[in-house]
Amino acid sequence: MAAGKTYVRFDWLIIFMYIALVSMGWINIYSASLSDVAKGFFDFDQIYGKQMIWIGLSVIIIIFVLAIESKFYERFASFIYIISLISLVGLFVLGKTIAGSTSWYDFGGVSIQPSEFVKATTALALAKYVSDIQTNMKDLKNQIGALIIITLPAVLIILQPDPGSALIYAAFVFPLYREGLHGVYLLLGLFAVMLFVSTLAFGAVWVAVGVVLLTGILFYRNRRKRPSIIKYVLIAIGCIAFAFSVSYIFNNVFKQHHRDRFNIVLGKEVDARGIGYNTNQSEIAISNGGWLGKGWTQGTQTKGNFVPEQHTDYIFSTVGEEWGFLGSMVVVLLFVALITRIIFRAEKQKNQFGRVYGYSVAAILFLHFFVNIGMVTGIFPTVGIPLPFFSYGGSALWGFTILLFIFVKLDGANYHYA
Amino acid sequence: MRKIVLITLVLISGVVFTARLFYLQVYDASSGSLAQNSAIKVMYDYPQRGYMFDRNNKLLVSNQPSYDVMVIPKDVKPLDTLEFCGLLKISKEEFKEILRKARVYSPRLPSVVLPQLNKADYASLSEKMYKYEGFYIQRRSLREYQVDHSANVMGYIAEVNNAIIENNPYYQMGELIGTAGVEKEYEDVLRGVKGVKYIQKDRFNRDIGPYKEGIFDTLPERGNDIQLTIDATLQKYGQELMIHKRGGIVAIEPATGEILALITAPSYDPSLLVGRDRSKNFTKLWYDTIGKPLYDRVLMGEYPPGSPFKALTALVGLHEHAIGVDDVIGCSGGFHFGRRVLKCHHRGPVAMVSGIAKSCNTYFCTVYKRIMDTYPTPQEGIDAWRKDLMSFGLGDFLGYDLPSGKRGNIPTSAYYNKIHKFPEHKWSSLATISNAIGQGEVLLTPMQMANFTAAIANRGYYYTPHIIKNIIGPDTIPQKFKEKNYTTVEPEYFEPVVEGMFQVYERGTAASIKVPGIEVCGKTGTAENFTKIDGKRVQLTDHSIFIAFAPKDNPKIAIAVFVENGYWGSRWAGRIAGLMIEKYLKGEITRTDMEKYVLQGSLEAEYAKQYSGQPFSINR
Repeated sequence: MAAGKTYVRFDWLIIFMYIALVSMGWINIYSASLSDVAKGFFDFDQIYGKQMIWIGLSVIIIIFVLAIESKFYERFASFIYIISLISLVGLFVLGKTIAGSTSWYDFGGVSIQPSEFVKATTALALAKYVSDIQTNMKDLKNQIGALIIITLPAVLIILQPDPGSALIYAAFVFPLYREGLHGVYLLLGLFAVMLFVSTLAFGAVWVAVGVVLLTGILFYRNRRKRPSIIKYVLIAIGCIAFAFSVSYIFNNVFKQHHRDRFNIVLGKEVDARGIGYNTNQSEIAISNGGWLGKGWTQGTQTKGNFVPEQHTDYIFSTVGEEWGFLGSMVVVLLFVALITRIIFRAEKQKNQFGRVYGYSVAAILFLHFFVNIGMVTGIFPTVGIPLPFFSYGGSALWGFTILLFIFVKLDGANYHYA
Repeated sequence: MRKIVLITLVLISGVVFTARLFYLQVYDASSGSLAQNSAIKVMYDYPQRGYMFDRNNKLLVSNQPSYDVMVIPKDVKPLDTLEFCGLLKISKEEFKEILRKARVYSPRLPSVVLPQLNKADYASLSEKMYKYEGFYIQRRSLREYQVDHSANVMGYIAEVNNAIIENNPYYQMGELIGTAGVEKEYEDVLRGVKGVKYIQKDRFNRDIGPYKEGIFDTLPERGNDIQLTIDATLQKYGQELMIHKRGGIVAIEPATGEILALITAPSYDPSLLVGRDRSKNFTKLWYDTIGKPLYDRVLMGEYPPGSPFKALTALVGLHEHAIGVDDVIGCSGGFHFGRRVLKCHHRGPVAMVSGIAKSCNTYFCTVYKRIMDTYPTPQEGIDAWRKDLMSFGLGDFLGYDLPSGKRGNIPTSAYYNKIHKFPEHKWSSLATISNAIGQGEVLLTPMQMANFTAAIANRGYYYTPHIIKNIIGPDTIPQKFKEKNYTTVEPEYFEPVVEGMFQVYERGTAASIKVPGIEVCGKTGTAENFTKIDGKRVQLTDHSIFIAFAPKDNPKIAIAVFVENGYWGSRWAGRIAGLMIEKYLKGEITRTDMEKYVLQGSLEAEYAKQYSGQPFSINR
């Protein structure tokens, strides 16, 4: 080994932001889980005490991840991916069921959620596949190959069932688009989401009426160009069929609590004591904060445990109540800065593997950030996914730590070549 | 393009979250107040209301504990309604209606279910309250009256209504506020300041300790005690004298403007308006539209003053240089004007002193006409006369510290122009001649009569009458009660009028009711009055009126007595005035014959006449 090869410069900016987010997360978990029986900061029976252990173990994980030779990740990506898929399949035999989802392995009291780690392994596998010299994202065969890599874990997770976590796999469309996937897929996806939301909001029949009117108007406006009438009719029928199948799935395949979660955000349910309770309480807590917040451990809604799951998925409502608009902005800006920094560094990668992986990390973090804070502030449906680095939970923290620090390692190796 | 899509989305979501957080936390921060916070329970601690004492430090009213059953509708859990209604002694329908109203008012703020339980009811209820979630018992302080008189002075407290709550954020549903008398006027002083406790709750609505270790909590501040100017002994005595009569007595200390007695009859025992029977009793008093016990006749009643007004006619006459003290006017049994005569019960020549003593109508009509004729037009005459009278506190609110009152009426030239359709029709000074003797358009409240009597007693000024003697604690009596209000009439003109009023007792209309050993100056009055029966104007027996002050020099008390339909002045009002003066100055009564006459006398038969449906005769 030459001296130059061992010289690795890590991106300290990313590491500092990681440390900042994890520390703030712990401070807020402390407040959200504080109880009368707590015996100081180091009471490991308490949730905040356990989180401190998870954070400590993260440091060991970081050292491991950074110590491994960066080539290892590229070389063993497929192997790691397959192992992780097996761990998902194994859940159906050995898994522990918590709150209706069989997503956990129980190791003598410590529960591990493999799906939190599969994000990183899928990102590795996808990066490996896309960066292969023979792969071209404009090629339909390769598009299907990439789709299978992404969909396999997603389907296994939906079957647990944990649709919220599966939703995150949509993030992989961004690295694929970056690597040459046609933009029409992004637009198609966006259009499908719009159709989906309007179908739930107004019903399939009205969406069908709207689609017919819209295509009619478009056809009339373009009549000089002698458009093919069959094309218009086919597109319209496709849209209407999509709307009705969404309606069918929503009403017959979705479970009631999934439907409720969508209905709240679409304003169809206003029962503050019933299903809208989480979102409502979370909004009240955030509103309570004002400019500067109530102060650490002083939030009334936080103290009274009004927001369910406040230390996990709803941790941001504690930030809102106790640190106010200012504190919330610090957290939002940190996330925006971290994700932006990752994209920036991903673009700097000399090899495609590093770039695809970096983009995957940025996209996954972005989707978590967007869905979680959107949910807590009441502008997105209630989808139970954690806020990266912030929410309580060992698996989630370790999963995100591994995801991020593999990139830090790849990026660091890159500095060497620069 | 491919490089910027994700980064753009990241930045956009950052902006969206900033906007959303700004909206929630800064722009729409209305839900941030402590009272609206679902995690904070607000508990009030009510202070003792200030006591009232009379001028000799006799306790008039103190407090007793009372217990209200309260409800916070959102906390109510399904309950055994039948059993609970049984405990509260109300019907199921009433209970449901109360709950419905409470929910309409606010699901989160407390409302009263049942007010003012006594100790016995409270004891039996309190041990079962734990069963009824959302209901609790709030301790408050209620009035406990030490006397059975002066209800009109002290007033009463009542539950706040929605209008008060909207205008004054201090008050919450179910709280009490002074709504009449001194209780209303000095509400801020007597009330004190309620204490507040903020209690942190968890999502199961359990108390988990004081909010922020209680840094926002406040202790209740007890209300200030106040000393009134009234003399409880005199007040009680006056009320006894007025039994079976309607009208009132006002006594003022001329040297200070302090109200010594303020009696309206019929009255009621203030204790009736305390406790669970309050609303029943109040309704009964409210619907007594004949006796009107809630109507303060001495402050609200506007009556023709009758002959006592002649003293003012004399004073204005002297001030306007319309007549000299010694100018003699002959009386032939009436004042003739045009083809009409204003009759007089007296004959012979009189000057000012004897005119007052004999209450000669002819003399005062002449004086009045001369006042008017001093000015080129009767309009100017009326307005000059009015200006002088208003300096005695007539024709407008006096500015005393009780929340009810009337202006009375001293007519203006504009008023006469209007009724006589001036300028098409002219009117002369004779058109208003009835004013000379306190009839006609002139109206005074008994309070105003007592006040001008005090001004005469002081020979030219008065202090604004007031009921507050001392606020114990921050001794702040408004400055306006310490300032002299001067009349337009020069002090030297008062002596002949005072002498005339003295002669009323010596050899005039009140000679028969002289109080031995005290030099009393007074003036009798007998005022015609009318009512409508089936739309027809019917004359009733005259009002018996009397004003007096004593002693003649350095007066200690000025008094006005008004007895509705009591016939001539010295018959009832004069006697009552004499007894009140003697009681106040000497502490005991020498003219027990007079006392017995008044105490046993009743005018109920007289009052019943107009409701009998039969023709009746008056002035008998």
